[in-house]
Amino acid sequence: MSIAELGRTGGRPALDDDAEPAVRAYGLVKTFGEHRAVDGIDLHVRRGEIFGVLGPNGAGKTTTLKMLATLLKIDAGRAEIFGVDVAGNPHVIRQLVGVTGQYASVDENLTARENLWLFGRLQGIAGARARHIATELLGQFGLEAAADKPIAQFSGGMRRRLDLAASLITRPPLIFLDEPTTGLDPRTRGQMWDTIRGLVADGCTVLLTTQYLDEADQLADRVAVIDHGRKVAEGTPDELKTAVGDSTLQLLLADPDEVPAAVEIVRRVLGSEPVLSPEHGRLNVALDQADLAADVLIALRTAGVSISSVSVAKPSLDEVFLALTGHETDGGNRNDTEESR
Amino acid sequence: MSTAIAPAREAVRAAERAANARRRVSMGETFGQTLTMAWRALKKMRRNPEQFFDVALQPILFTAMFAFIFGGAIAGDVQSYLPLMIPGILAQTVLTTCMATGTQLREDMEKGVFDRFKSLPIARIAPLAGPMVADLLRYTIAATLTFGMGLVMGYRPGGGVLGVLAAILLAIITGWSLAWVFTWVGTIARSAQAVQGISMMILFPLTFLSNAFVPVETLPGWLATFVQVNPVSHLVTATRDLANSALVSGEVAWTLLACLIVIVIFAPLSVRSYKRHM
Repeated sequence: MSIAELGRTGGRPALDDDAEPAVRAYGLVKTFGEHRAVDGIDLHVRRGEIFGVLGPNGAGKTTTLKMLATLLKIDAGRAEIFGVDVAGNPHVIRQLVGVTGQYASVDENLTARENLWLFGRLQGIAGARARHIATELLGQFGLEAAADKPIAQFSGGMRRRLDLAASLITRPPLIFLDEPTTGLDPRTRGQMWDTIRGLVADGCTVLLTTQYLDEADQLADRVAVIDHGRKVAEGTPDELKTAVGDSTLQLLLADPDEVPAAVEIVRRVLGSEPVLSPEHGRLNVALDQADLAADVLIALRTAGVSISSVSVAKPSLDEVFLALTGHETDGGNRNDTEESR
Repeated sequence: MSTAIAPAREAVRAAERAANARRRVSMGETFGQTLTMAWRALKKMRRNPEQFFDVALQPILFTAMFAFIFGGAIAGDVQSYLPLMIPGILAQTVLTTCMATGTQLREDMEKGVFDRFKSLPIARIAPLAGPMVADLLRYTIAATLTFGMGLVMGYRPGGGVLGVLAAILLAIITGWSLAWVFTWVGTIARSAQAVQGISMMILFPLTFLSNAFVPVETLPGWLATFVQVNPVSHLVTATRDLANSALVSGEVAWTLLACLIVIVIFAPLSVRSYKRHM
């Protein structure tokens, strides 16, 4: 499947095509001064799925999520959540969507239990019931022991869990998670993934943003790749990875002048084009199977092209990006307009 | 951590939820949410008692300082200056206290929890009004300490207990109303420091260009005109009449009218600019 086709592919067939989708957005635009942070994004999230929005820092993921959550004004385009117009009924949308931001949005001055109680009370849950729900959620998220300690003593993972728990108090049918595992250690990350899968098993729909291809791969049923405020591709994680091959052979040549020769050999052996990295003498080769790496290496050795380092890796977001957009993820150098509040 | 979240509760039904969702916040809900926010602010005060330093120290320091510095020059001696000065300090203290409202709101708004408040289906005014309700406690402490310090220094208010209590009540009402100005500043300024700076520029002319510390007759004509329309002057005169002679003068009405005008203008402005912040 070519990359161009990928953009139009819907992924696996919907289970409930006749039902109102969880999110339907057309041509969303958000501008900050001259900068078009979100530049005409369409999204279609089905009920009961985990939908991933994948992209580097500053791509417009958070801004898109904030518009859908009524936290930012939609400058142009239209969005509906369960058929309800976002711009026209912000109060209804806020009852349907639970938002967990990139930074823990809980009150540092309160304990975990007090936080959950506060958010429950604010949403009209009676005192005793709010206390009961708080206790229940603290148990489910493994926070009983720390329930009455100041949040200042919480680890990053505990804060994220509390934050997610706070979004679930009223059991909203749609949950937005903005980079739910950024900055977490691998074990905590795995726990968070389990929790997110649990939400969907419970009947929720999840829309999450991530910078990690493996996270989208692990969690999402479908993924939209976003760059410079535009959607560059959409499909299942498998479809995305197919665009760059199952794995990637990364080669660093001892002599950068031999790059053209190496490119010729790769073409001959695999019949595909290697991707030249801006770094001198480095090229990445997409592989349908990891086994093919050996064929390439043997051909290079036979031709006398010497290699100073070699590795075979799963394709990273960078490679998916390079394949989809023809340029590197330049998030690190870009102004993080979407992060500023 | 368990993988299945809340199996005990029934499955989420989105269509039903969308159909049954409330379209807007009722007055009753707004009131309840404001009180819940006030509970949060009180918890915060209790856990950061240093917030009370300015409230506690200012009335004590300023009463002693001003009495000894200005007492002789303005009223002949400290004793006869106290009935003139204490209501003035009361007004100044309450104004300084409500200035802190803006600074603290700004600091608070920069924290992550405000993101969640914005994403919740609650009245937009609740996160602003809640802390202001909690601030009533701070006004009460400040006003009580001012009179307490006056009594220690020999002030004997002629209005008796009821007169003094009425003066304190009026000062608290005025402080709460004027706090909306500083809340608005808190929602428009870029940082807590900026709020502090702008608030100072509002606060100083309001307190010093009033009859709080000197009799109006001693001022040049143009200044006297400003002093006479300054709402702080009305508050000071009203509290003097109440505390010193238990007299409910027309100044009370003028003060309350000024409070009402301030609320009507600045409460909607604050909510509007708070909404725009998102």
